Amino acid sequence: MDKVELKELTLLAAKIRKDVLELLKHRGYGHLGGSMSIVELMAVLYGKQLRIDPSNPQWEDRDMVVLSKGHSGPAWYSALAEKGYFPKEKLMTLNDGGTMLPSHPDRTKTPGVDMTTGSLGQGTSAAAGIAYGQKLKGQDRYTYLIVGDGELNEGQCWEAFMLIAARKLNNCIVIIDDNKRQLDGYTKDILNPFDFEAKMKAFGFDLVQKVKGTDIEAISDAIDKAKAHKDGANAIILDGIKGAGVKYFEELKSNHSVKFNNDEINKAADDAIAELAEFIEKEEA
Amino acid sequence: MFKLTDDRSKKGTPLAKVVMQTLSDVMNSDDKVVFLEADLAGASSSTIIQKDHPDRFIQVGIAEANMIGTAAGLSVEGFKPFVHTFGPFATRRVYDQLYLSGAYAHNTINVYGSDPGFCTGPNGGTHTTWEDVALMRAMPTAVVCDAADAVQLEWIVRKFATMQGIHYFRANRKDVRNVYAEGSTFELGKGNVLKEGKDVLIITAGQIVSDALDAAEKLEAEGISAEVIDMFTIKPLDADLILSEVKGKKAVVTFENHSIIGGLGSAVAEVLAEHAIAVPFKRHGANDVFGQVASQEWLQKEFKLTADDLIETVKGLL
Repeated sequence: MDKVELKELTLLAAKIRKDVLELLKHRGYGHLGGSMSIVELMAVLYGKQLRIDPSNPQWEDRDMVVLSKGHSGPAWYSALAEKGYFPKEKLMTLNDGGTMLPSHPDRTKTPGVDMTTGSLGQGTSAAAGIAYGQKLKGQDRYTYLIVGDGELNEGQCWEAFMLIAARKLNNCIVIIDDNKRQLDGYTKDILNPFDFEAKMKAFGFDLVQKVKGTDIEAISDAIDKAKAHKDGANAIILDGIKGAGVKYFEELKSNHSVKFNNDEINKAADDAIAELAEFIEKEEA
Repeated sequence: MFKLTDDRSKKGTPLAKVVMQTLSDVMNSDDKVVFLEADLAGASSSTIIQKDHPDRFIQVGIAEANMIGTAAGLSVEGFKPFVHTFGPFATRRVYDQLYLSGAYAHNTINVYGSDPGFCTGPNGGTHTTWEDVALMRAMPTAVVCDAADAVQLEWIVRKFATMQGIHYFRANRKDVRNVYAEGSTFELGKGNVLKEGKDVLIITAGQIVSDALDAAEKLEAEGISAEVIDMFTIKPLDADLILSEVKGKKAVVTFENHSIIGGLGSAVAEVLAEHAIAVPFKRHGANDVFGQVASQEWLQKEFKLTADDLIETVKGLL
C-alpha cells in the first residue's frame, strides 16, 4: 500500500473512531467495545475495498456487507455517514424514537445496510445466501461477512461456514473480529473457542489469514489475497482488542456496553475525541 | 372460481409431489424462484427440482436454521426462495430465523411444512407439530395456508411464487382425497362455502375438509343441516365470511388438524368474541397433547379427528 493511501485510510479510521465515541457519549450508553475493534476494518472496506456508490445504495453491482455482529452498528453507521450515505448529524439520532439508526442494523431503515442483524449468528447464513445469489446471477461481486468471536458461540455460524466452504463461496469473505471479549468476560473463560484458525481450516476454509485488527495495511492485503483466491472459501481473523484505539476503553473491565455516567469515563471519552480531532485537523491541513 | 369434485373418494397426486412438480414448472418461466432442501429431497420429491433445475436446487444439509437464513440472503439478492422440511422443523426449530432474517427484514421466504398433525404417521411425536399454525399466525405479516387437496395446493404454490413476504403452507406429503375439481381457482384470504346449511356452521381447513364434508352429509341424513367452510387461508382470516355465515346458525364448530390453542379455532373465536356473537361454539382439534407414533389413519382416530368425531361434537353442541 502506498503512503498516500495508508494516510487516507488512517485518517478515515480516525474519523470513524471519533464518530463512534461522540455518538455513544451523546446517547449516554452503547456497544462501544465491539464497535471500536472494527474501526480499521470499516476504514479499509469503505475507504478502499468495497465496490459501492453511496449516492445509489441499491446499485445492483455493489459489494455487500453483512455485519452479523450487529451490536457494532455504531461503527458501521459512522463509516456510512463518512462516505455520505446519509448526513453525519443523523448519527446523533441513534436509538431515538423513529430513528433510521437503531442499535442493531435494519435493512429497511438505513441506506447502505443490506441485511438486518442483531440476533447473533443469523447474519452468517444471510451472507452465505447473498453470496450464493451473486454466484447464481453470474456476477463478480463480493459479500463481506463480519462476525464476532463471542458470536461464534452460536451454532448457526458453523452451519453457515459449512455451506460457504462446501459450495466454495469464495465471494463470501468471512472476517472474524477476534477481540477476545464478549459481554460476560473473556471468550476463553466464557466458552473457550480454542483456535479459530485451526477451526476454520477444519471447516474447509483453505485460505485462512490472521492479521492484527488495527493494522490497516495488513487488513487490506489480506482482503486482496482473499479476492484473488477464487477456488475455495476465504476467512480473515482480526487479532484484535475490544475497545481498540483508546487505552482507557481497552483496559476497562466491562467494555461491551458502556454507560457514560461518571466523570472518569466522560473525561476518557472527551480526551480521546480531542486527540482524534487534533490528529484529523493536522492530517487534513 | 372453484368447483367441487364429482368423486370425493378418489385421491389426487401425492401432495409433496404436487408441490415439487408445480415449483419445477414455475421455475421454467421464473428464474428468480429457488428451492432449498435440508437433506429431505428423497423424502419430499424435491429430487424433481434437483433434476430439472440443478443450479437452483440448493442442498444445505441437515441445518434448518442455516437454510432459512440462506433463503433470507437469497431474497436480499432478489430471489424468491421456497424451502421444505417437516412442519416442526419448518416452524418451531427456525422461528427466530424466519421471524428476524425473514419477516422483520422484509425478506421473502415460502415455507412448506410437511406432515402436519396426525400426518406425521410413523415419524411419531418427535416430528409432530400441532402448533405450527399458532406460531406462524403470531408472526407479523406472515400468511398461513392449510391446503385441502392437490388442486388447492397447486394453486397456493403458484400464488405464493408471485408474492413478497413470509408464506407458510402445511400439507401432507402423501396423497389425500380430492375436494376440488381440476382447474378450480381460489382467492387468498377468502374462505369457500362448500356446502350451504341452516343449523350448524363448520369451519375447517386442510385435508380434513373432506372429512368435514362427509360429516355434513351424514348429519343432513339425520335432519341436521350443516354448512361447511374451507378456510384454507388461516391468516389473513376471512372474518367477513364468518360474520355473514354465522347469521341464523344454532352453533359454530371449528375442525382442525392442529391444537385448539392458537390455530383456526382460536382465530374464529377471536372474530366471534370481538363482534359479540353469542352462539354455542366449540373448537374441535388436538387438545393440549403431544403427538405419537402410528399410521396416519390410526392417529386420526386416536386424536378424534374423523368425520364421526366431528358429528359427535356437533350433536353435543346442538
